[in-house]
Order: sequence, then C-alpha cells, then structure tokens
Amino acid sequence: MLLTHRSVIASHKKMSFWERLYLPAILGGLRITLKHFFLKKVTIRYPEVKRLFAPVYRGLHVLKRDDNGAERCTACGLCAVACPAEAITMDAAERKPGEEGLYREEKYAAKYEINMLRCIFCGLCEEACPKEAIFLTDRLVPAQYNRPDFIFGKDKLVEPPDARVDISDRQNLGETRC
Amino acid sequence: MLKVTIDHHTLEVPEGTTILQAARMLGPDKAPPAMCYYSTLEESGGKCRTCLVKIEKNSDQEPRPIPKLAASCRTLVQDGMVVANQSSEEVINARKDVVELLLINHPLDCPVCDQAGECDLQDLAFEHGVATTDYQEDRRRFEPQDIGDLIKLHMNRCILCYRCVFVADQLTDKRVHGILGRGDAAEIGTYIQNAITNDFSGNMIDVCPVGALTDKTFRFKSRVWFTKPMNAHRDCAQCCGNVVLWMKGNEILRVSARQNAFGEVEEFICNGCRFDSKSTEKWTIEGPTKISRHSVISQNHYAANPHTPWKGLPPC
Repeated sequence: MLLTHRSVIASHKKMSFWERLYLPAILGGLRITLKHFFLKKVTIRYPEVKRLFAPVYRGLHVLKRDDNGAERCTACGLCAVACPAEAITMDAAERKPGEEGLYREEKYAAKYEINMLRCIFCGLCEEACPKEAIFLTDRLVPAQYNRPDFIFGKDKLVEPPDARVDISDRQNLGETRC
Repeated sequence: MLKVTIDHHTLEVPEGTTILQAARMLGPDKAPPAMCYYSTLEESGGKCRTCLVKIEKNSDQEPRPIPKLAASCRTLVQDGMVVANQSSEEVINARKDVVELLLINHPLDCPVCDQAGECDLQDLAFEHGVATTDYQEDRRRFEPQDIGDLIKLHMNRCILCYRCVFVADQLTDKRVHGILGRGDAAEIGTYIQNAITNDFSGNMIDVCPVGALTDKTFRFKSRVWFTKPMNAHRDCAQCCGNVVLWMKGNEILRVSARQNAFGEVEEFICNGCRFDSKSTEKWTIEGPTKISRHSVISQNHYAANPHTPWKGLPPC
C-alpha cells in the first residue's frame, strides 16, 4: 500500500548523459537555497531581538522595592507556604535602627532563595504576597551548567535600585482580572 | 441540674454554669468564640463581646426573651433557657461588628507578627469579619516598651483582654505589670520599665489571644507554619513539664504550653521549660501535636495516614 504519492521506486537503470553531468541537479539545489534568502524568516536574532511576551507570561521572579528603594518583602512566608513545588525558602531578620531605607518593615528577609529547578512558574507566590513584593516578569531564567547555580538568592532576585524592573503590566492585569 | 437549649441542642448542666461553658460542652465548633474569657482564669471574660448570644427564652419561670444580646461568658444558665448562637443571624451580624471594633486599633501587620497562624483574632476575623472598615481615623500608637529579655510587648496589637494581668495575678505571687491609662490610652505596661522576670511570666505569651505578647527568643526565627509541633515532656521541679516543642529539623525553636480544643492552656509551664530548655536531649518526645488540618500550621506537612503509628521524627 502506498503511504504517500511522493515515494519513488528505486531502480538500478543506467543514468542518461544529462543525469550523469550532475550539474543541473546541483543548480536546482542552489536555486532552492537562493529562494530561501528571500522568504520570511521563522527565527529571530535572540538576544538582540526579543519576542513580545503576553502580559500573562510568567518568567523569572523579581523582588520589588518600594518608591523609596526599600525592599518590600517582609519574609512573611506566605509565598513559601503557597508554593506547590516548595521552591521558596527564607530566613527572616529584624531591622536594626538606621536600616529604614533598606527595608520597609520591621522584619525583612535576610535570606530569600528560589530554586529555579523546582519552580513551576505557577505564579501562586505572586498571588499570595500581601506586600506586593514578588512578581513574575517576562524575563527568562538563564541556562546554567551547575545545579547550585539555579538556586537564586536575593542578589539575583531583588531588583537593583538603579535598574528597576517594570511590572506595571502585571499589576494592571490583576485589576482587570475576575 | 438545669436544662438549657443551645442552637436546638438540649443539655443538662449543673447550677452556676455560664452559657459559654454549656456551649463548650457541645464541642469547639458549636461554642461561641471568646477573645477575653479564659476558663482557667478567674474573673476573666465580659470584655471583648465576641461571645454574644441571643437568649430567646430566659427560663421556665420567666419565658420572655432578653431584649439585648448577652455576653455568654458572664451570663449564667437558667432552667429552661433557650439560646441561639450560630442559628441566629442577629448574633452573627453582631459578631461581625465586634470583629470590626476589635480591628479598629489592631495594626494589620500579620506578615510581620509572630502570632500569625495561631492568632485568635486572625481566625475570628477570617471567620466573621469583613474585608473593609468604616473607620477612618488613625490607629492608636504606642512607643515600644521593653519588658525584659524573654517577652516582647507590642502594645499596638493589644486588644485589652486582661488575660495576661489575670495570669500574673493568679499564677504568680507578685504582679509587676498591668493596664495603665484609660480609654484609648489604656496600655499594658510595667510602669517605669520594670522587667518581668517571674518564673511563670512566660504564660502571658500563651494566654495572649493576639500577638501583643510574643516570645522574644522566637522572634522572627520562623513562621509558625514552617515548624513542626511535637508533644514532649520532662521532669520539672516547678511545673508539670508537659509542653509542645515547635521544631524545625532537630532544632527546638520555641516551647509552649499545651492547648485544648478551645485554645486554652491545659497546664501552665515555667520559664525554665519555656526559655532555657531548647535542646532535644532535655525532652522526651511523645509525638506530633494534633493540629486541625484546616490550620495553616498543618499546611505542607505531608503527614502519612493518621491511623498509622508514628515512627521517628517526620521530615520537616
């Protein structure tokens, strides 16, 4: 039974002179190659060009700072208890006098780690957060060579004060949802 | 014996029983909530008004209803009394208003508070409260006061239930703290920064329904739902030695007294057990403390089948 109509029955018949030249076949192949120069590309030049993410896209987390640059996270542990993959761990510490500019609340996360190999990017941490501190962004989690490198600490999660991560799309999303 | 009907359940109670005590005989899910009443503390109750019930029939001799809602912790049962607790919408609405009143001055700092997860006010607000308030004024604020190395006082969170005062009065021989000031300025204090050092002072932490009095040695160590509560006991010269150890791995983060189904301490423990015995060698561990599976404390604790006998330390 024929599966497709493109199958060719191979035979050992002697090739004609035209076929033995090979040149027409090579030219035919080159023609196909040249044709693809002018076709629409299916790939993009990542990382120079980035695809547009949907506003609901859930990528690498960010720990936000407030308007004064103080960390919003107060280590309440609700993200960790909401996390179905148990990817989040944290240690709390008490803010000392003089650190008011660094941490917004009396208590702060001295250590905050997300294991990106465990994380399933469900966004429940973001939903559980009472302080609007953690958000999932449209950034990607970079590939690593070693497993310990996938445990992201505060150095990678907290946004730098001079390079804020824009999450306004996600916040607006929360208002229009439901 | 007096006959009383609470939410269509009729039971017989001895004379001198309050409505709340009678309702508690029906079980924790039938009893009205109580924020200030504490069965083991004399004179407690009558302050928070969360235990309001409707008395539909006063007694067999006086069958008229009581026009206003009554605080069940202070109202004695009469023969033939008919009480509506959860079956009355009026009671539920009144309780909702009481929650709003209790929350007027209560800071919403549950993410910071160490009591979160085992807080009576949090449970009450979750069960009865509404998410909004009509109150627009500023909350009252107090300067933080240091009352010693063992107990942390957060006066802003206090709901003035007086339980800690009764504990100090009735359990220890010399009380050094009390309520100072009146009205909105009423606050728990030790008057001129007197440290509370009594051997049984730690019980104030357990009787406090909110996070106003918390364990300073446990302060910000861990959220309570990341710990594993274990029943344990030891020989103690001062107290019964029956406690709950709040453990993380093999580390004891906090020691507290055991509580019954109504959140009340069964036997008070001494400060030696509570603060100074935080190594596992000092305790004989009996097994995991029974925590309601609806409590956040039992979240993510994948206990095996509860009918299987407990073997060894469960993973934390």
